[in-house]
Amino acid sequence: MTVTPSQTVGPFYGYALPFPGGADLAPGHPGAITVHGYVYDGAGAPVPDALLEFWQAGPDGSRAGATGSMRRDPVTGAVAGRDGVAFTGFGRVATDPDGHYTLRTLPPGGTPYLGVCVFARGLLHHLYTRVYLESSPGDPVLSGLTAERAATLIATPERPGVLRFDVRLQYDGTHEETVFLAFE
Amino acid sequence: MESTQTDIDAEIAAADAVALPGRIHPDRDYPPYRSTVLRHPKQSLVVVRDPEAVELSGPVFGVTDVLGHDADLTRQHRGEPLGERITVTGRVLDRDGHPIRGQLVEVWQANAAGRYAHGGDRHPAPLDPNFTGAGRCLTDDEGRYTFTTMRPGAYPWRNHRNAWRPAHIHFSLFGTAFTQRLVTQMYFPGDPLHARDPILRAVADEKARRRLIADYDHDLSVPEWSLGYRWDIVLDGPAATWIEEGR
Ligand SMILES: [Fe+3]
Repeated sequence: MTVTPSQTVGPFYGYALPFPGGADLAPGHPGAITVHGYVYDGAGAPVPDALLEFWQAGPDGSRAGATGSMRRDPVTGAVAGRDGVAFTGFGRVATDPDGHYTLRTLPPGGTPYLGVCVFARGLLHHLYTRVYLESSPGDPVLSGLTAERAATLIATPERPGVLRFDVRLQYDGTHEETVFLAFE
Repeated sequence: MESTQTDIDAEIAAADAVALPGRIHPDRDYPPYRSTVLRHPKQSLVVVRDPEAVELSGPVFGVTDVLGHDADLTRQHRGEPLGERITVTGRVLDRDGHPIRGQLVEVWQANAAGRYAHGGDRHPAPLDPNFTGAGRCLTDDEGRYTFTTMRPGAYPWRNHRNAWRPAHIHFSLFGTAFTQRLVTQMYFPGDPLHARDPILRAVADEKARRRLIADYDHDLSVPEWSLGYRWDIVLDGPAATWIEEGR
């Protein structure tokens, strides 16, 4: 069957797609780590209207996920969010006016990376990338890249439990473009 | 200097002339849509052929992620929204035509006057206190979704001089794998703005572009109540068949 083509998320998804708690995959969990950074365009300017989605294995290595990321309060209709016990594996966070995002999650088991899907105004088809939480020799994706390109996928530790990961949609004359992935 | 619609029409024709035949998804580098210029990667995508890739699984949703009335955008406030009430329904399928069940469908749209309930929307059209324009539902066992809403208006968007988006509803879809993720837009049949819109025309293949336009279905219209539109969605993604085999 002919596949339905992609179209841009546009600038006005903000009241519809992000949800309270969307960036906190493990609310209240003492083992949570913070991954944060900026999204930049080809002029090196921050992108204030990007939407990032994360999908990852659970701390036990499970890829089954769990329901409840978007749990609603049946009385008020407000988003109630995760119950704080089940790990759903799915996160969603929009960049702020500075082009910055912050994600809090648990390190995945079995795989060293978080899957990322990037949406933005001006992006007609989303992009996939990965946040590797550590350099991972032998990883089938990283090992096929030059050191400069591979470095765009590896988060930089800032202090214990806090990692920096920027997304560069396009080479800006100084900084390497982030490696984006296709699954074919 | 600000481009005119005539400039954009010429750029669209030039892009069509060199487009790869049969290509479904738009090229991320599509200059007639000005915002693409600094936001598309110039390096090739790196192909992942790892059967263990986490992206071949995906998030799951359950009945407690949505409420029944989330799918009725006309019932989210005290009063009735203004405009033309419509029903939009269809099935979410994989490439082989199998239904994608129990997955989240999210929609957002402008109101009947062409204004979003979003602080960034400067279009001087009225907000409707009885219409927010965001909804969600889960697909049923046949992959079906249904929304009750108001037909959105066209709106200006400053891509070029006198740029108007054709009426559309934004859709966000999940499949059974993260690789099946799709954000797209549904358009209404017979709109004279289709030919002039660089976002829709970024899908160069006419058959693929046709996939984005809903059908008016008179049997779906409800007497003295609403007009019906039918729009099926087919998700891409390599995991569809693999997962089907594993079941
Ligand atoms: Fe729109």
